[in-house]
Amino acid sequence: MSGVTIRDLGKAFPKEDGTATQALAGVSLEISDEEFVCLVGPSGCGKTTLLRIIAGLETATTGGVTVDGRAVTGPDPKRGMVFQEYSLFPWRRVIDNVAFGLEMKGVAKEERRRTADHYLELVGLSQFRDAYPFELSGGMRQRVAIARALANDPDVLLMDEPFGALDAQTRNRMQKELLSLWEQTKKTIVFVTHSVDEAVYLSDRIVVLSPRPGSIREIIEIPWPRPRDRTSAEFAEVRRRVLRMIDETENAH
Amino acid sequence: MNRQTQKRLLGIAALIVAAVIWQIVAEYVVGRSFILPSVTDVAGAFVNLLGSGTLLADITVSLEHFGIGLLAAFFLGVPIGILMGWFRVADFLLDPIIEILRPIPPLAWIPFAIIWFGLTTQAAGFVIFAGAFFPILTATYSGFRDVPKVFVEAGKVLGCDTSFELIRYVALPAAVPAIASGIRIAMGVGWMCLVAAEMFGVSRYGLGYQLWHNYYLHQMPNVVVYMLILGLAGLTIDRIFRNYVDGQLLRWRAGEVA
Ligand SMILES: Nc1ncnc2c1ncn2[C@@H]1O[C@H](COP(=O)(O)OP(=O)(O)OP(=O)(O)O)[C@@H](O)[C@H]1O
Ligand SMILES: [Mg+2]
Repeated sequence: MSGVTIRDLGKAFPKEDGTATQALAGVSLEISDEEFVCLVGPSGCGKTTLLRIIAGLETATTGGVTVDGRAVTGPDPKRGMVFQEYSLFPWRRVIDNVAFGLEMKGVAKEERRRTADHYLELVGLSQFRDAYPFELSGGMRQRVAIARALANDPDVLLMDEPFGALDAQTRNRMQKELLSLWEQTKKTIVFVTHSVDEAVYLSDRIVVLSPRPGSIREIIEIPWPRPRDRTSAEFAEVRRRVLRMIDETENAH
Repeated sequence: MNRQTQKRLLGIAALIVAAVIWQIVAEYVVGRSFILPSVTDVAGAFVNLLGSGTLLADITVSLEHFGIGLLAAFFLGVPIGILMGWFRVADFLLDPIIEILRPIPPLAWIPFAIIWFGLTTQAAGFVIFAGAFFPILTATYSGFRDVPKVFVEAGKVLGCDTSFELIRYVALPAAVPAIASGIRIAMGVGWMCLVAAEMFGVSRYGLGYQLWHNYYLHQMPNVVVYMLILGLAGLTIDRIFRNYVDGQLLRWRAGEVA
């Protein structure tokens, strides 16, 4: 029951000289409950902006977003976000980072620690519960950030290139872990990525955006079961199609 | 012999050499204790002062002046810095006032300190406050200005829905390192103001007071003793503060180069 409806969304950033950067124009998209959607597109096409509008961190210039039938007007713990850059609070231990959202909700210390421990276990970092973020590797930090978002039990999980800074091997492992988390927690996930490979591996649907102003160029359904085989012919075929599409949108400009 | 002991031995050797040179210059070149007291004069003065028993009272009174000034600077500087760093309106309102007051040398407040507070402990505290307030204020302000946007947004997405919560749980902890270094600077400035603040006889004791008092009595070896104690006490305060901050408040920064 946590579908996301994006209706005729536009976003213009005013510039100093009085003109505006049109980041998004006429984006309409229906994301159903428990769906895993990936947003791909050339750099600067507005993927982050779209995600931030869904999160409520940015307001749309035209159109709007509803989650579960209710209009998005501002940030809400019901929509979790994993940022592209490291966003863990460096002054909090891992466990207290994960428990942050619960603390804001006023959950008692004992209970929020217990819940946080549960999510730390889900991302496989129980033995680092008392470490500070600086003691963790890049991949571990993003796993903590995911645990922190999940601990709030959001309906929708928004992820902005969460694995962008990781090496290929870690990245593949994280993708596997994310899928298993998704199967266990049944969240609706909107996932931004630069990697077409990642998008094909993860998503139910890939949404290809065109360059500025970003709008939906194409939606590709991937109905295959998981785990998917990256080396299969059909995988390569879809990957090629999406890549060509991004190429075309870029050159058409 | 490892680096650490080597460093220590060389340091001690240099100190001894400096003391010997000082002694020779004072005794054979200058030859007048009033112009330049020798090491032995100073050591003798120190022993006498220890015997007279006022040193402890002097240190206590000075710490009291210093403490009043710094606590006041902290409890005013941090909240105002937070207001200005977080709320644009507060920044626009207060910035011109701050910019006019800030360049005034702290010692220029001494006449009004005496008129407002009389020759009291508070007057000395006020002068130290005038020196310590602005470093704390500006450090807090820029600490808040520099809080990474992603922390604030993470806080919002995770359920901080008031400015108070964002300040309390996100911005303030993020700004602690900046505030701590502001306090350190403030302590240095405050300690410098101490000597001048005690110059006017706000008390019968105090390291700064005794420095002036002995100067009027032409007891220059005593003056040197008080100078050295002022330096050592300042150093000790700074060390204690830094150890506390690094050990307690900033353990989470252990991985970074300071
Ligand atoms: N706060 C802002 N102020 C002004 N312009 C902005 C702002 N945020 C984004 N933009 C502009 O909007 C456009 C889309 O930016 P956005 O960050 O959404 O792109 P993106 O698709 O996430 O790019 P990338 O793949 O490189 O991360 C860009 O042209 C950018 O310059
Ligand atoms: Mg982006």
